Amino acid sequence: MRVSVTVNGQNYVREIEPRLLLVHFLRDELGLTGTHWGCDTSNCGVCVVQLDGVPVKSCTVLAVMADGHEVTTVEGLEKDGELDPVQQGFVQCHGLQCGFCTPGMLMTARWLLDRNPDPDEGEIREAISGQLCRCTGYENIVRSIRWAAEKEASV
Amino acid sequence: MQVPASFEYERAESVPHALELLERYGEDARLVAGGHSLIPMMKLRLAQPDALIDINGLAELSHLGVDGDTLVIGALVRHAALLADEVVGTYFPIFHEAERVIADPVVRNRGTVGGSLCQADPSEDLSAAFAAVRAEAVILGPGGSRTVPIREFHVGPYETVVEPGEILTELRVPIRPGAGSAYEKVERRVGDWPVAAAGAYLRLDGGVIAEAGIGLTAVGAEHFTAPDAEAYLIGKAAEEAVLREAARIAAESCEPQADQRGPVDYKRHLAGELTYRALSRAAERSGS
Ligand code: FES
Ligand code: FES
Repeated sequence: MRVSVTVNGQNYVREIEPRLLLVHFLRDELGLTGTHWGCDTSNCGVCVVQLDGVPVKSCTVLAVMADGHEVTTVEGLEKDGELDPVQQGFVQCHGLQCGFCTPGMLMTARWLLDRNPDPDEGEIREAISGQLCRCTGYENIVRSIRWAAEKEASV
Repeated sequence: MQVPASFEYERAESVPHALELLERYGEDARLVAGGHSLIPMMKLRLAQPDALIDINGLAELSHLGVDGDTLVIGALVRHAALLADEVVGTYFPIFHEAERVIADPVVRNRGTVGGSLCQADPSEDLSAAFAAVRAEAVILGPGGSRTVPIREFHVGPYETVVEPGEILTELRVPIRPGAGSAYEKVERRVGDWPVAAAGAYLRLDGGVIAEAGIGLTAVGAEHFTAPDAEAYLIGKAAEEAVLREAARIAAESCEPQADQRGPVDYKRHLAGELTYRALSRAAERSGS
């Protein structure tokens, strides 16, 4: 089936099988390997991308469902050569160790701050509660997102 | 890598078009919306439909609002939308309390109310919430639409009265002034299926209970409810001893099964305790 998907502002047209999952479309068809692929069962959240601005687990979305829609992946966060504040926050606050969970965390964090620019710790933890990190113990992820919120409030 | 087996994919452009596609593909077609139950089942070959009919684009199934004295929830309303809706929270805190503990925020962005009900998992939360408030399900088929009380909607685990060729279009919930409701769930970790959960709905009139709804999930309650416990409450004051007794009756009527989430006794205990807590909070919230 022929699909036309806008990913990070760029349009891609591909011929795909309906059973292709969005995560594999992004990684294998488009080469956008920033989106990770982990549990395959909608539990871990490493595959989170934004579909029309809303974070979804791309291992549980068919690529054909994104036909005619807009997808944003971690590669699309950077603007004009500058990292998004949430990315800067993870750098500043040591928000990652192995980095496997990071792309998904960033996409959800971006969505959270777009809707709630001043989230408290509880709201941050709630937002990322569908995403697992095996390294950081979450403390620094929460701090990183707070850092981004404060950075955005200061400009 | 888990990938579904091959299938035909069709995108419904309207509700009549979806019905037409269902008819064309017959029994082995499945509707897909959020896909958070169906796609994992397809990966595991627990479901292997020949055709998927995608209804994600059908805005006419995403309505959410009050129609006269009824709250109307379109089948395609996402969990996140139900949770975010202030009117829902005002009239039916039970839905917000249930939604807050269904999966996680990212899954809730995608999963739908109708999909959850049609999946008919015996541990599903909204089934208990809708049972407690005595919702009605509107089902559309080639011959027109029919309305089914939610307590007759589930015919068994993973089975509903929705026939092949039919679509669940909306849920209708009667709004009764002064009624209160609440939901209580115990889960092993955030976003998990319940070990047990209970919803309650109470309307008081002149200091006594005029209407009572109890919803139970994951504990083997027939039709997700406990009618004997409800009947016991009618005409009584909403005081601790009464609510405790109703909770005891409710727990007794359950047939929980032991599994990795806990043994039978524990689940039955939870069914009683959570029913009591939900009833108490529903009573606090209901005006007399
Ligand atoms: S790979 Fe999608 S949630 Fe784990
Ligand atoms: S940084 Fe390793 S899983 Fe989160």
